[in-house]
Amino acid sequence: MATAKPPQPFLSRTWDYITETQIWRSIFRHGMPANNRNRVLVVMSNVFLHLHPVKIRKSGIRLKFTWCMGGLTFFLFLVETFTGLLLMFYYRPTVAYAYMDIVDLAEQVPLGIMREIHRWGAHAMVITVWLHMFRVFMTGSYKPPREFNWNVGVILLVLTLLLSFTGYLLPWDQLAIWAITVGSNMARATPVLGHEGPGSQLLALGDVKMVHAGSDARFALLGGRFVGEGALLRFYVLHCVGIPLVAGILMAVHFWRVRKDGGISGPL
Amino acid sequence: MADEKDAAAEATPPGGAKPGPVGSPPMTPLEPDKGATPGALPYGKSNTIGPGVAASTTAGKAPAAEGEGVSRRSFMKWSLPVGWVAFSAACASSLVATARFLFPNVLFEPPQSFKAGFPGEYNVGEVDVRWKDAYGVWIVRNAEGFYALIAVCTHLGCSPNWLPAENKFKCPCHGSGFYMTGVNFEGPAPRPLERARIVLADDGQILVDKSVKFQAEKGEWTKPEAFLKV
Repeated sequence: MATAKPPQPFLSRTWDYITETQIWRSIFRHGMPANNRNRVLVVMSNVFLHLHPVKIRKSGIRLKFTWCMGGLTFFLFLVETFTGLLLMFYYRPTVAYAYMDIVDLAEQVPLGIMREIHRWGAHAMVITVWLHMFRVFMTGSYKPPREFNWNVGVILLVLTLLLSFTGYLLPWDQLAIWAITVGSNMARATPVLGHEGPGSQLLALGDVKMVHAGSDARFALLGGRFVGEGALLRFYVLHCVGIPLVAGILMAVHFWRVRKDGGISGPL
Repeated sequence: MADEKDAAAEATPPGGAKPGPVGSPPMTPLEPDKGATPGALPYGKSNTIGPGVAASTTAGKAPAAEGEGVSRRSFMKWSLPVGWVAFSAACASSLVATARFLFPNVLFEPPQSFKAGFPGEYNVGEVDVRWKDAYGVWIVRNAEGFYALIAVCTHLGCSPNWLPAENKFKCPCHGSGFYMTGVNFEGPAPRPLERARIVLADDGQILVDKSVKFQAEKGEWTKPEAFLKV
C-alpha cells in the first residue's frame, strides 16, 4: 500500500469502518473471496455452504448436463416450506373447518394465491424430482462412488411423493377424501401387517385375528377404519412436521455427500 | 477396559488372586497409572488382587472398609451383559410402546353394529338407503327376507350410490355397477359387494353387524346370518 494515504471518499471510509467492526468481523472471518484461499474459506467456514463442493468442474454444471433439476427441486422445497408455513396460520385440520379454511384461503385471505403457489409448487416439485432422477440416471451419476447418494436420493423421492400424498388430503373435499380412501386401501394388502394382505392370518391367537381392519397398517396410518378426523390430523402432522423434518435431514446428507463424492460428476 | 484387564492379568500371581482380608486397607495395584482409577467405581477394592503393597496414593479415595469385595473383573463379567440386556429391553419396550401409541383405544366412529328398526318398516323389493350415511350399509328387502350390503365398492373402496331409476348401485369413482343383489356387472369392480351379518335382536328389531362380513365369491352368502328370512 502507498505510504502516504490519500484522503478516502466518504463511502469508502464508511465501508472500512463497517468492515472493521467486531460484528462484521465475527460474521465474515476472512477477506473477500478474490483469491483461491479465501474462496475455499468462504465455503468451508459457512455451515450452509460447507455442504456444497468448494470447487466444481465448469463442465459439470453446464445447464445441458444437470438441467439444474436438483437445485430446482431444493428451491421448490424452500418455496413449499415458506408458503406452507404461511398457510398454517389459517388452516385448521379438523373436519369442521378444513374445507372452509381452504375456501377462505382463496377468497378471504389477502393474496389469495398463496395456496395456489403451494399447490403448483408441489406439482412442480414432483416433476423436477423425477427429472432430476432421470438426469442422474442418464448421465450415469449413480455409479460408484455415488451409489450411496443415489439411495439417499431414492428415499428423498419417496418422501416427496409422500408429502404430495399427505398434502392431497388436507383440502378435505370429495376428491381429497376419496383419493386418500383409494390410496390408503392399498395398505390393506400390506404383507403380514395389512388385514387383507398375505400372511396376515399367521398373526392370530387361536381364532382371534391380531391383524384386522381395526389394527392393521392402514388403521395406523388413518387413525381409524375410514378416512375421517383421525386421518386428517395424522396426515396434517406428517405433512407439516414429520416428513419435512426427515426430508430436510436427508437433503443435508444428500448435498454434503455430493461434495464428499467428488462434486458433481463430469459429463460422460 | 483392555488396559485394566491386562493390568489385572499381569498383577495376578500364578497362585491365584486373593482379595485382601476384611477391614484391611485398600491395596494399590502394580501399575502406577491405575492409581487414578479406583475412585471411579465403588468396587475400587478389586485392585486388591495386587501383590499386597500398602496403599499410599489411593487410600483416601477408595472406601475405607468394605469387606470382601467383588473383583472388578467379575463385576464387569455379569454387570455388562445384564446392563446391555436391560438397556436393550428398555429400548425395545419404548419402541413397542411408541408403536402402540399410534393405535387409539377409543374411536369416534359409528359403531360396527346397529339396530335398524323393525322388519315391518321395510317395503318388499326396495333398497333402503337411510342407514348409508351413518353406518355405510344398505338394507334390501326382497320377497324372502333381508340382507345388508356394505356400501364399499370392491374396486378401490369408494361409496357407490343406489340409483333407483336404473335399478343398480353405481360407484362415482370409476364407474363400477352392481345389481340390487350386490353382484357386480359393469366397471372395474372384481367381485360383488360384501354383505354384513343381519339377524333379529331380542326386541324384534333388525340387528346389523358390519364386523362380520360375507363374501359371495367365497360362497358365504348362503350362510344363515348373511340373510334374514321372515
